[in-house]
Amino acid sequence: MEPLPSWKTFFFELLLYAVLLVAYFAFVLHYLGGWFKELYDHDRRLFAVMALVVMITQTLVLEFVSSFLIWLLRRKKN
Amino acid sequence: MYFPISGANIDPFYLVGLGFIIGILGGFFGVGGSFLAGPALFVAGLPMNFVVGTDLLHIVGKSMVAARKHRILGNIDLRLAGVMVVATIGGSEVGVQGIETLKRIARVDLVVGVATIIVLVAISAFVFLESWQALKLKGSTKPISQQTSQEKDQRAFKFIAHWTHSLDWEPKMGLPHSGIKSISIWAILIVSFVGGVFSGFLGGGAGYIRMPCMVYLLGIPTHIAIGTDLFEIVVSAGYGSFRHAINGNVDVMIALIMQTGAAIGAQIGAVLTQYFNGPLIRIAFAPLPLIGAGLIIYGLATGHHTH
Repeated sequence: MEPLPSWKTFFFELLLYAVLLVAYFAFVLHYLGGWFKELYDHDRRLFAVMALVVMITQTLVLEFVSSFLIWLLRRKKN
Repeated sequence: MYFPISGANIDPFYLVGLGFIIGILGGFFGVGGSFLAGPALFVAGLPMNFVVGTDLLHIVGKSMVAARKHRILGNIDLRLAGVMVVATIGGSEVGVQGIETLKRIARVDLVVGVATIIVLVAISAFVFLESWQALKLKGSTKPISQQTSQEKDQRAFKFIAHWTHSLDWEPKMGLPHSGIKSISIWAILIVSFVGGVFSGFLGGGAGYIRMPCMVYLLGIPTHIAIGTDLFEIVVSAGYGSFRHAINGNVDVMIALIMQTGAAIGAQIGAVLTQYFNGPLIRIAFAPLPLIGAGLIIYGLATGHHTH
């Protein structure tokens, strides 16, 4: 069973995550918006498929990033 | 921030924060959190048909994360989940068609809103009553960390699950991972079909109805109901969001932004279940649907939408 990280570790992880999030918003989501709108207007099936693909991809990437941050911060603490 | 697909103007930080809270709740209670996410999106100005579809897409992502954590903890009964998937998809399609019918007669907000309020209040009342009864039962005196899963999972209204197990509707199957010798497959299919309908019609994974039904009707231990329910949410939400996206009810950008917050919250929520027993988890869950109902009432009363 994984122990919870300390509060200090947790807040530091949140801060790192917030920085990555801002960068992600600025460089990825900003450009994805227009593309999805085009798909939504012209090809709903492809829109539906890509919505799921992008959502699942983002999930896996963010889980990897958040797990890596927890591992990194525990390693530094130890 | 303007979202062109749905035409809504919503603060992206509101969406990230909402996703974070929903992520923790989802990982801890084994529900998708739509009983809060849906009303919170509605109050923020999103039309109800987009609330239903967008919330479904959002929870596909975060439920995958939470379900994986519960899989590692041994909380998913794959045999049970395999049977439930079939009826969940069927029920979800029925719910999707219901939304399309309401769109045609321009009654989505009112009907879905009122239905949501009734469901949430009923669930809150029942779960609180049962959990209170369970907490009053004489349970184990050992510390929580040393209790077996059965000792942790004190439950009132056990007669309901006993009745379900006694049903002689063939075919029947055993669920050894959940500690059930024999149960009618029809009972499982009915519970999952109803959950699917709620998912497709009210949005979210319908964990707020499926999880209590799994615990009280089917007699599944709480921790396994949480994990298995999360697995079902991935299936029902995935199918439902695909169908709603084709029907034009999904704003994918809103879902993606919410999920960025949920990714962290889900990891924390899943681990926290190890520190609480079943009745404590359930009684903590009981007031949450009322918050969602309150948000819907506020949204309808202030007349955000005319759909």
